[in-house]
Amino acid sequence: MKFQLTEDQRALREGVRQLLARRFDGAALRAAVNAPGLDRALWRALGEAGFFALRLPEAHGGVGLGLPESVLAFEEAGRALLPGPLIATYLAAGEVAGAADGQVVVAAVDGSGLVEWLAEADVVRGDAAGAVPLRSVDPLTPLHRVGGGGAAVDPVAALLTAAEQLGTAGRVCELAVQHARTREQFGQPIGAFQAVKHLCAGMLVRAEVARAAVYAAAVTADRADIAAARLLSDEAAVRGARDCLQVHGGMGFTWESEVHLHLKRAWVRARRGGVSTESEEILAADLLA
Amino acid sequence: MDLTYTPEEQEFRARLREWLGKVLPALPPKPSPDDWPARRAYDLGWQRMLYDAGYAHVHWDASPTVRLIFLEETEKAGAPYVGAGFVGLLHAGPTIAAEGTAEQRARWLPPILRGEEAWCQGFSEPDAGSDLAALRTRARRDGDDYVVSGSKIWTSHAEVADWCELLVRTDPSAAKHRGITWLAMPMDAPGITVRPLRTLAGSAEFAEVFLDEVRIPVANRVGDEDDGWRVTMVTLSFERGTAFVGEVVACRRVLRELAAEARKNGRWDDPVLRRGLGRLNAEFRALWRLTQWNVSEAESGVPGVGGSVFKLRYSQARQELYDTAADVLGTDSLDLDRPWVVDRLSSLSYTIAAGTSQIQRNIVAERILGLPKGR
Repeated sequence: MKFQLTEDQRALREGVRQLLARRFDGAALRAAVNAPGLDRALWRALGEAGFFALRLPEAHGGVGLGLPESVLAFEEAGRALLPGPLIATYLAAGEVAGAADGQVVVAAVDGSGLVEWLAEADVVRGDAAGAVPLRSVDPLTPLHRVGGGGAAVDPVAALLTAAEQLGTAGRVCELAVQHARTREQFGQPIGAFQAVKHLCAGMLVRAEVARAAVYAAAVTADRADIAAARLLSDEAAVRGARDCLQVHGGMGFTWESEVHLHLKRAWVRARRGGVSTESEEILAADLLA
Repeated sequence: MDLTYTPEEQEFRARLREWLGKVLPALPPKPSPDDWPARRAYDLGWQRMLYDAGYAHVHWDASPTVRLIFLEETEKAGAPYVGAGFVGLLHAGPTIAAEGTAEQRARWLPPILRGEEAWCQGFSEPDAGSDLAALRTRARRDGDDYVVSGSKIWTSHAEVADWCELLVRTDPSAAKHRGITWLAMPMDAPGITVRPLRTLAGSAEFAEVFLDEVRIPVANRVGDEDDGWRVTMVTLSFERGTAFVGEVVACRRVLRELAAEARKNGRWDDPVLRRGLGRLNAEFRALWRLTQWNVSEAESGVPGVGGSVFKLRYSQARQELYDTAADVLGTDSLDLDRPWVVDRLSSLSYTIAAGTSQIQRNIVAERILGLPKGR
């Protein structure tokens, strides 16, 4: 039993992290917030790197890897706040021409009845007729509402959402710790105060418990495992971002800080089909199985 | 990321399962929790059976994964818990194995493995709990003996133990982590008084131990004089990720029993309760995966830091499990004769024993996240 990442998996994670650091750094993030819109060149770069085709067989022009590798890539995307309908395009690879290599942007009607990035999409999966835009809480995720709600929840989509949330959970813990180590009050770093320490410890515990659940679900692809991964990573991301904001004090409440972007994205993802009550019902039913 | 076991590990599991299936039905009934001598005999008798079947060594020299399998299978089969053998097998024994002389290993280890001698732990004191290194039980040298006076607390199995792994202060002038020495104290030595402590669950699970001029041979010292803190840390890092394997397996079984009970008594139809059970299913699935993660990390030789992370979440989840059990039971949760009610009381110790949750959060924040030490 070697649950830890293989050398190849570490290399893949590092490769995605570096690609995103190069193509979507802090400056690019701020620029995207101020001028919303999808960066097509970045989308194609992701496609060329195989991001959307990770699980597509090599015979079909894909990378031929599995769910664990996909989860690692989406965790990195979550960490970096990478914008765009990543999961919809990934799921369309091999089914919609141009999706796999990032030539087209694919949006999808979600089980929640929302569509992310509808106006920027070349292809929309599901019935988005009569979709109405709403003023999205997340400046980096434009949303449309569709009457009636969408398709049943795809377990792979739920797992990849969990992976993105895991990325957020890890990132906000890092941000909080960085701030707690450098911000001084009362003559010492605020991270020396137990009240702050314990907030940070709680963030790490939630992130690491979620990590075990998400990685295991990527290996088993079991429905209840995926529901557990989604439930725990939604909580780790949302509560982690809240606590990160708290540790940042007044600065955390500003538009200029990056913290609110993590919280808002975590909120958007947590509302995707397969919300916590649905996961809890799956997991409850599993206890009687 | 691989969750499969090697053919050798699978074979170990199959053979163990087969053996358990053969021997468990023939076991005598469990003794009453208040009958300490009977409990000791039962627990050590089980250890003897493990010894005869070749499983006694599993805690000591098997790989973390084999230990995981052993603990998982014995719990699933409903085998006895290590019980009175706990300190010997999981704390004192490994310490002696790592730090003792050849003579000490030959004297103390075989009786632990064969289930002939039980140990207890004399670490905590009334004024040295979370701050264990503040311990004040004093030992002064007198010829070939140490003469020890002081008191210990929270000592499980003290009434029936043959030996006590004892931490004493040999140099009161040294910094608090220095000047501590590790001794093996025979529990029949003159000057030892054991006073059982009743827990809030009503049972006498541990005791206070008063030491009045107890003479312990210098030959019973493991490691150097004043080096006992380091010797102890070897013990405390021994379990390496497998400490709660059996308990997580047991909690997952309880959770299924709770769901079945809720289904039977109609409370399953309450969506808040039902979803709460579902949430606990996620918790314990994740805790099982985290256990596998930590064991896999221990296997690869990476020093694991996951123990505190695991314990923080597990102790909380266990309390939530039994609080949810109370919701399933309704007013029956006030009846001590109903299942899970006493377990609920016992679960209250989990966020306190072996490092309170507050201390664990300090450990996580300082040692894993690198936040500065402070008050």
